[in-house]
Amino acid sequence: MSMRDREAAVRRMLERTPPRVPPGLYGDAVRHGGRVLRRRTAARRLLWLVLLAAAVAFVVWASTARPWVEPPSDITPPLTGW
Amino acid sequence: MREKQVYSSARRAREFEAFVAGAAGRLLHAATLLTAEPPDGNPRARRLLTLAFAHTYASWDRLRGEDPYDLTRRQLAVRFARGAWHRYGGRFRAPASAEIPLAPLPPQERLIVVLRLFEGVAEEQVAALLGLPAERVRTICARAVTTLLRPPPGRAPAAVRAKAAPS
Repeated sequence: MSMRDREAAVRRMLERTPPRVPPGLYGDAVRHGGRVLRRRTAARRLLWLVLLAAAVAFVVWASTARPWVEPPSDITPPLTGW
Repeated sequence: MREKQVYSSARRAREFEAFVAGAAGRLLHAATLLTAEPPDGNPRARRLLTLAFAHTYASWDRLRGEDPYDLTRRQLAVRFARGAWHRYGGRFRAPASAEIPLAPLPPQERLIVVLRLFEGVAEEQVAALLGLPAERVRTICARAVTTLLRPPPGRAPAAVRAKAAPS
Protein backbone atom coordinates (compact mmCIF):
# COMPACT_ATOMS: atom_id res chain seq x y z
CA MET A 1 0.00 0.00 0.00
CA SER A 2 1.61 3.24 -1.11
CA MET A 3 1.70 6.42 0.94
CA ARG A 4 -0.93 7.96 -1.33
CA ASP A 5 -3.38 5.10 -0.76
CA ARG A 6 -2.81 5.23 2.96
CA GLU A 7 -3.46 8.95 3.02
CA ALA A 8 -6.61 8.45 1.00
CA ALA A 9 -7.77 5.81 3.49
CA VAL A 10 -7.19 8.19 6.40
CA ARG A 11 -9.04 10.95 4.51
CA ARG A 12 -12.05 8.68 4.09
CA MET A 13 -11.89 7.87 7.78
CA LEU A 14 -11.89 11.56 8.69
CA GLU A 15 -14.79 12.46 6.40
CA ARG A 16 -17.08 9.89 7.93
CA THR A 17 -19.00 11.69 10.69
CA PRO A 18 -19.61 15.39 10.11
CA PRO A 19 -21.02 17.16 13.18
CA ARG A 20 -24.21 19.22 13.06
CA VAL A 21 -23.65 22.99 13.16
CA PRO A 22 -25.41 24.48 16.21
CA PRO A 23 -27.72 27.40 15.39
CA GLY A 24 -26.19 29.79 17.94
CA LEU A 25 -22.71 29.75 16.43
CA TYR A 26 -23.13 32.79 14.18
CA GLY A 27 -24.70 34.90 16.94
CA ASP A 28 -21.98 34.03 19.43
CA ALA A 29 -19.22 34.79 16.93
CA VAL A 30 -20.73 38.17 16.02
CA ARG A 31 -21.27 39.09 19.67
CA HIS A 32 -17.71 38.16 20.60
CA GLY A 33 -16.22 39.74 17.48
CA GLY A 34 -18.22 42.92 18.04
CA ARG A 35 -16.90 43.12 21.56
CA VAL A 36 -13.33 42.77 20.28
CA LEU A 37 -13.98 45.52 17.71
CA ARG A 38 -15.48 47.86 20.29
CA ARG A 39 -12.60 47.26 22.65
CA ARG A 40 -10.16 47.98 19.87
CA THR A 41 -11.94 51.22 18.96
CA ALA A 42 -11.98 52.30 22.61
CA ALA A 43 -8.26 51.57 22.96
CA ARG A 44 -7.49 53.59 19.84
CA ARG A 45 -9.55 56.49 21.11
CA LEU A 46 -7.85 56.40 24.47
CA LEU A 47 -4.45 56.39 22.82
CA TRP A 48 -5.30 59.47 20.73
CA LEU A 49 -6.68 61.19 23.79
CA VAL A 50 -3.51 60.55 25.76
CA LEU A 51 -1.41 61.77 22.85
CA LEU A 52 -3.47 64.93 22.55
CA ALA A 53 -3.32 65.58 26.28
CA ALA A 54 0.44 65.13 26.24
CA ALA A 55 0.78 67.58 23.34
CA VAL A 56 -1.38 70.20 25.07
CA ALA A 57 0.50 69.77 28.33
CA PHE A 58 3.80 70.20 26.55
CA VAL A 59 2.68 73.38 24.77
CA VAL A 60 1.38 74.91 28.00
CA TRP A 61 4.54 74.02 29.87
CA ALA A 62 6.78 75.36 27.08
CA SER A 63 4.91 78.65 26.83
CA THR A 64 5.14 79.28 30.56
CA ALA A 65 8.64 77.99 31.25
CA ARG A 66 10.20 79.24 27.96
CA PRO A 67 13.14 76.82 28.09
CA TRP A 68 14.70 78.36 24.94
CA VAL A 69 15.29 81.77 26.57
CA GLU A 70 18.82 82.18 27.96
CA PRO A 71 18.55 82.27 31.76
CA PRO A 72 19.87 85.43 33.44
CA SER A 73 23.46 84.91 34.45
CA ASP A 74 24.06 84.61 38.17
CA ILE A 75 27.80 83.96 38.03
CA THR A 76 29.04 87.45 37.10
CA PRO A 77 28.76 89.83 40.10
CA PRO A 78 26.56 92.87 39.55
CA LEU A 79 28.49 95.76 38.02
CA THR A 80 28.08 98.75 40.34
CA GLY A 81 29.96 101.90 41.29
CA TRP A 82 31.96 102.98 38.29
CA MET B 1 -19.88 59.72 9.35
CA ARG B 2 -22.39 57.86 11.53
CA GLU B 3 -24.43 56.81 8.52
CA LYS B 4 -21.33 55.52 6.81
CA GLN B 5 -20.43 53.50 9.90
CA VAL B 6 -23.91 52.03 10.16
CA TYR B 7 -23.87 51.14 6.49
CA SER B 8 -20.46 49.50 6.69
CA SER B 9 -21.39 47.49 9.79
CA ALA B 10 -24.60 46.29 8.10
CA ARG B 11 -22.64 45.23 5.04
CA ARG B 12 -20.05 43.50 7.20
CA ALA B 13 -22.79 41.62 9.06
CA ARG B 14 -24.38 40.49 5.81
CA GLU B 15 -21.15 39.32 4.22
CA PHE B 16 -20.01 37.67 7.42
CA GLU B 17 -23.29 35.80 7.81
CA ALA B 18 -22.98 34.41 4.29
CA PHE B 19 -19.40 33.40 4.99
CA VAL B 20 -20.29 31.64 8.25
CA ALA B 21 -23.21 29.84 6.62
CA GLY B 22 -20.83 28.47 4.00
CA ALA B 23 -17.80 27.69 6.12
CA ALA B 24 -19.17 26.66 9.53
CA GLY B 25 -19.93 23.02 8.64
CA ARG B 26 -16.50 22.23 7.28
CA LEU B 27 -14.61 24.14 9.96
CA LEU B 28 -16.68 22.67 12.78
CA HIS B 29 -15.89 19.23 11.44
CA ALA B 30 -12.19 20.12 11.43
CA ALA B 31 -12.40 21.54 14.95
CA THR B 32 -14.20 18.46 16.22
CA LEU B 33 -11.49 16.25 14.74
CA LEU B 34 -8.85 18.44 16.40
CA THR B 35 -10.35 18.25 19.87
CA ALA B 36 -11.14 14.53 19.43
CA GLU B 37 -14.69 14.90 20.62
CA PRO B 38 -17.71 12.94 19.43
CA PRO B 39 -19.67 14.78 16.70
CA ASP B 40 -22.80 15.21 18.81
CA GLY B 41 -21.08 16.51 21.96
CA ASN B 42 -18.34 18.95 20.99
CA PRO B 43 -18.35 21.98 23.31
CA ARG B 44 -14.59 22.59 22.99
CA ALA B 45 -14.68 22.49 19.21
CA ARG B 46 -17.60 24.92 19.19
CA ARG B 47 -15.85 27.30 21.52
CA LEU B 48 -12.64 27.13 19.49
CA LEU B 49 -14.52 27.79 16.28
CA THR B 50 -16.60 30.62 17.79
CA LEU B 51 -13.43 32.41 18.88
CA ALA B 52 -11.79 31.89 15.49
CA PHE B 53 -14.90 33.25 13.74
CA ALA B 54 -14.99 36.20 16.14
CA HIS B 55 -11.41 37.04 15.21
CA THR B 56 -12.31 36.92 11.52
CA TYR B 57 -15.34 39.14 12.17
CA ALA B 58 -13.19 41.69 13.99
CA SER B 59 -10.70 41.88 11.12
CA TRP B 60 -13.31 41.64 8.35
CA ASP B 61 -12.83 45.25 7.19
CA ARG B 62 -9.06 44.87 6.96
CA LEU B 63 -8.95 41.62 4.98
CA ARG B 64 -7.93 43.38 1.73
CA GLY B 65 -8.68 40.43 -0.51
CA GLU B 66 -7.32 37.78 1.85
CA ASP B 67 -9.36 34.60 2.01
CA PRO B 68 -11.48 34.69 5.21
CA TYR B 69 -11.71 30.88 5.22
CA ASP B 70 -7.96 30.58 5.27
CA LEU B 71 -7.70 33.21 7.99
CA THR B 72 -10.25 31.41 10.17
CA ARG B 73 -8.56 28.06 9.63
CA ARG B 74 -5.17 29.48 10.59
CA GLN B 75 -6.70 31.11 13.66
CA LEU B 76 -8.29 27.80 14.60
CA ALA B 77 -4.99 25.95 14.22
CA VAL B 78 -3.01 28.53 16.16
CA ARG B 79 -5.53 28.69 18.98
CA PHE B 80 -5.62 24.91 19.19
CA ALA B 81 -1.81 24.67 19.18
CA ARG B 82 -1.57 27.30 21.92
CA GLY B 83 -4.10 25.59 24.15
CA ALA B 84 -3.27 22.00 23.23
CA TRP B 85 -0.53 21.46 25.75
CA HIS B 86 -2.61 21.96 28.86
CA ARG B 87 -6.00 21.06 27.48
CA TYR B 88 -7.44 18.66 24.91
CA GLY B 89 -5.85 15.64 26.59
CA GLY B 90 -2.07 16.04 26.37
CA ARG B 91 -0.93 12.45 26.84
CA PHE B 92 -4.24 10.76 26.96
CA ARG B 93 -4.78 8.25 24.18
CA ALA B 94 -8.02 6.46 23.64
CA PRO B 95 -8.58 3.68 21.15
CA ALA B 96 -9.95 4.90 17.81
CA SER B 97 -13.64 4.61 17.21
CA ALA B 98 -15.79 5.39 14.20
CA GLU B 99 -17.04 8.52 15.93
CA ILE B 100 -13.65 9.86 17.04
CA PRO B 101 -11.18 8.75 14.37
CA LEU B 102 -8.25 10.79 15.72
CA ALA B 103 -8.56 9.67 19.35
CA PRO B 104 -5.32 7.60 19.35
CA LEU B 105 -3.14 10.57 18.31
CA PRO B 106 -1.55 13.24 20.51
CA PRO B 107 -2.68 16.85 19.84
CA GLN B 108 0.19 17.86 17.57
CA GLU B 109 -0.29 14.85 15.31
CA ARG B 110 -4.03 15.52 15.21
CA LEU B 111 -3.37 19.11 14.17
CA ILE B 112 -1.01 18.10 11.39
CA VAL B 113 -3.27 15.32 10.13
CA VAL B 114 -6.27 17.65 10.05
CA LEU B 115 -4.40 20.42 8.25
CA ARG B 116 -2.60 18.16 5.78
CA LEU B 117 -5.15 15.46 5.00
CA PHE B 118 -8.56 16.84 5.96
CA GLU B 119 -8.01 20.43 4.81
CA GLY B 120 -5.35 19.75 2.19
CA VAL B 121 -3.00 22.55 3.26
CA ALA B 122 0.44 22.32 1.66
CA GLU B 123 3.27 20.89 3.73
CA GLU B 124 5.30 24.11 3.61
CA GLN B 125 2.35 26.17 4.80
CA VAL B 126 1.69 23.84 7.72
CA ALA B 127 5.37 23.98 8.59
CA ALA B 128 5.39 27.79 8.49
CA LEU B 129 2.22 27.98 10.56
CA LEU B 130 3.53 25.70 13.28
CA GLY B 131 7.14 26.84 13.16
CA LEU B 132 8.51 23.40 12.27
CA PRO B 133 10.72 22.29 9.39
CA ALA B 134 8.73 20.82 6.47
CA GLU B 135 10.69 17.60 6.83
CA ARG B 136 9.39 17.19 10.37
CA VAL B 137 5.80 17.83 9.28
CA ARG B 138 6.12 15.05 6.70
CA THR B 139 7.56 12.65 9.27
CA ILE B 140 4.86 13.39 11.84
CA CYS B 141 2.16 13.01 9.22
CA ALA B 142 3.53 9.66 8.07
CA ARG B 143 3.77 8.42 11.64
CA ALA B 144 0.21 9.51 12.36
CA VAL B 145 -1.08 7.76 9.23
CA THR B 146 0.69 4.57 10.31
CA THR B 147 -0.83 4.77 13.79
CA LEU B 148 -4.30 5.36 12.40
CA LEU B 149 -4.19 2.51 9.89
CA ARG B 150 -2.77 -0.04 12.26
CA PRO B 151 -5.47 -2.59 13.13
CA PRO B 152 -6.78 -1.86 16.63
CA PRO B 153 -4.43 -3.60 19.09
CA GLY B 154 -5.25 -4.84 22.53
CA ARG B 155 -4.84 -2.71 25.61
CA ALA B 156 -1.24 -3.67 26.37
CA PRO B 157 0.62 -2.59 23.20
CA ALA B 158 -1.03 0.84 23.31
CA ALA B 159 0.13 1.34 26.89
CA VAL B 160 3.68 0.26 26.00
CA ARG B 161 3.80 2.68 23.08
CA ALA B 162 2.50 5.53 25.23
CA LYS B 163 5.21 4.84 27.78
CA ALA B 164 7.98 4.44 25.24
CA ALA B 165 7.27 7.66 23.36
CA PRO B 166 6.00 10.38 25.66
CA SER B 167 5.47 13.38 23.45
